[in-house]
Amino acid sequence: MAIVLEPPPTPAAPGPETPGTKTTSPFLRRPTSNEGFWGWVTTVDHKRLGILYTVTGFVFFLLGGIEALLIRLQLARPNGHVLSANQYNQVFTMHGTTMIFLVIMPVSVGFANYIVPLQIGARDVAFPRMNAFSYWLFLFGGIFLYSSFLFGGAPNGGWFGYAPNTSIPGYLPGRGSDFWVFGLLLLGIASTAGAVNIVITCLNMRAPGMTLLKMPIFSWMSLIAQFLTVFAMPIITVALFLLMFDRNFGANFFNPAAGGDPVLWQNLFWLFGHPEVYILILPAMGMVSEVLPVFARKPLFGYPVMVFSGIAIGFMGCGVWIHHMFAVGLGPVAVSAFSVSTMFIAVPTGVKIFNWIGTLWGGSLRFTTPMLFAVGFIVMFTIGGLSGVTHSLSPHDRQQTDTYYVVAHFHYVLFGGSMFGIFGAIYY
Amino acid sequence: MTTPHQRKRRGTRLARCLALTGFGAIALTGCVSNASQSALKPHGSIARLQNSLFVPVFWIAVVVFCLVAGLVSFCIIRFRARSDDEAPRQIHGNTRAEIAWTIAPAVLLASIAVPTVKFVFDLNKFPSNAMTITVTGHRWWWQMDYPSPTDPTKVDFSTASELHIPVKQPVVISLTSVDVIHNFWVPELAGKLYAIPGRHNKMVLEADSAGTYYGQCAEFCGTSHANMRLRVIAQNSADYQAWVSAQESSPVQPPSTTSLAATGFQVFNTVGCAGCHAVTGVSAGIVGPNLSHFKSRSVFAGAIFANTDPNLRLWLANPPAQKPGSVMPNLGLSSDQINALVAYLDTLQ
Repeated sequence: MAIVLEPPPTPAAPGPETPGTKTTSPFLRRPTSNEGFWGWVTTVDHKRLGILYTVTGFVFFLLGGIEALLIRLQLARPNGHVLSANQYNQVFTMHGTTMIFLVIMPVSVGFANYIVPLQIGARDVAFPRMNAFSYWLFLFGGIFLYSSFLFGGAPNGGWFGYAPNTSIPGYLPGRGSDFWVFGLLLLGIASTAGAVNIVITCLNMRAPGMTLLKMPIFSWMSLIAQFLTVFAMPIITVALFLLMFDRNFGANFFNPAAGGDPVLWQNLFWLFGHPEVYILILPAMGMVSEVLPVFARKPLFGYPVMVFSGIAIGFMGCGVWIHHMFAVGLGPVAVSAFSVSTMFIAVPTGVKIFNWIGTLWGGSLRFTTPMLFAVGFIVMFTIGGLSGVTHSLSPHDRQQTDTYYVVAHFHYVLFGGSMFGIFGAIYY
Repeated sequence: MTTPHQRKRRGTRLARCLALTGFGAIALTGCVSNASQSALKPHGSIARLQNSLFVPVFWIAVVVFCLVAGLVSFCIIRFRARSDDEAPRQIHGNTRAEIAWTIAPAVLLASIAVPTVKFVFDLNKFPSNAMTITVTGHRWWWQMDYPSPTDPTKVDFSTASELHIPVKQPVVISLTSVDVIHNFWVPELAGKLYAIPGRHNKMVLEADSAGTYYGQCAEFCGTSHANMRLRVIAQNSADYQAWVSAQESSPVQPPSTTSLAATGFQVFNTVGCAGCHAVTGVSAGIVGPNLSHFKSRSVFAGAIFANTDPNLRLWLANPPAQKPGSVMPNLGLSSDQINALVAYLDTLQ
């Protein structure tokens, strides 16, 4: 692969072992090794970090895929004994956690790292060292999470980790929930730092003359997704801290016997969890919006509408989280309000779908591999979106929630959507 | 003569045919008629109300999907590149079209929002004269407490795994939990509702006709979540009343001292069963299911085993081996003790 590396800042930049740099501490020196193993380890170059993010993400994709196969193997016949009950719970928890936090998020961030500075004409991201910090913390968090398999069992409380199942030790066998809490805390810090970086890069480092409404669509969607990360991640971080205190230091935030409330966890989790869905899908929408025009030989249909519908999705995505909780018994007013907000988030999503069709319309379509993925994305994501609208029928959602109907819905969105976008973008 | 190239194409075609057949066969399994937990085949007023909202929206969604997929297919065929020299007209957008496909879905969604909100409020209306049965989630079984006819705040009798209700009569279910969050779901009768420790959530159940309706816990609640099932048995008025009277009666007195059941009764009181299980007039344990009329139930241990003597022996020999994570421990009973216990349990009709 041809990687154009930046030249070191000064030709005679002193290496870490060179004495005589009295003015800068060794920690502040820019790494100089451009090649080989140490070149990759010490790099602060946005393209190299982007590649590292993406490659690491795909290694975890393989692990998450193996976990998915184990789930299917276990379920291939009734009373399957491929895995024990507890192993099965570990595998589905890790499958969900992996695919969301260790695959789609980092791969999307990897693309943003590589592409955004190039698209907006910046030399690098705003804080290259923090960028490297984010990546290595992400890798450490991922390895930490997976090390749980070696130390007394992986997390087994579901990727949603509902309290008090997770918050009161003893309900779930093993120390998996502790690994889950600390692993996600590390990943949360990594992605928040990464998100701040991309947001500031997009806002501050665009080439002269590039107003926000001239910024390429992928950069726009990444900007919105990273904005959501900045707002959503602190919420899950707080929730995880509460959970950690409940588990390890005798706090009772989620313990009803001591006056706590387990529903608080669900509110905090989904207040993060729903924006998270859009963190996962918006970059893929950006990728598809870059691929379609190229192979249709036409500009993107309705660029401003695409941008504003993305912003609308970002805003509304923070106000629909109760639709994960229609069966919790929150009362008719809350349920009605969130049913309606969930319905109307379909409007900007629908606009995007029709604008993509508008991009294809009248074009000269060449069906290269990225184009096949992009067109597949439109149809798959439509199924995901339409099944999403049926969730907003909250009386009937009480039949749908916690069933394979929902599992199918978000796999259409995350696999047929996000992953198709990512595959298309990789070929592109 | 076939060239290798033609052979390869034929192979590809065969592989495609096989893949399509396989996919079709798997998809057809979705059409089984004996699915006993289908929300799409409601057998009660609540499930029917919920389904009546879904069906029209499903067909609207089908139409929208066909529209999108049709347009994409049309574009793929009609606008495919025929030569490299094509230069399509460079259109940057069309404000009118974009406004149209913003407003059209909004109007469509507003039209389904109205009945949705109405139904949300309808589902929160509880008939004031209906009986309230308290259903409590445990890891991993359901406890059903029936109210006393004279004082609804008192428990008349308590049972497990099977919920008996009178047919065509709305019954209020008050849901709670003693440990983690569970989710009460009998798809043919009503959508689900969480059983949350420290809270009481209310829902209505009503069955159209007598019969057994299957249900389960729908929220992941730990190691044996998959083994937490339940049955709702809807009975016509006479059968239901007979069942209630049988449950209200005290179980038969401990049998004469010479029988195997009497030995079982002693075992029950000495090895620890009585500490967790209640039998009216014998013990008052509250950890496990009430066993006063254990043999009147068709299933046990979270409605996963048929209530037969061989199953009971297997269960008593080692509960966690039958149901992973079972709160009931392996008491290390001898086979004599097990046989005696089964004989005693058989008397709890």
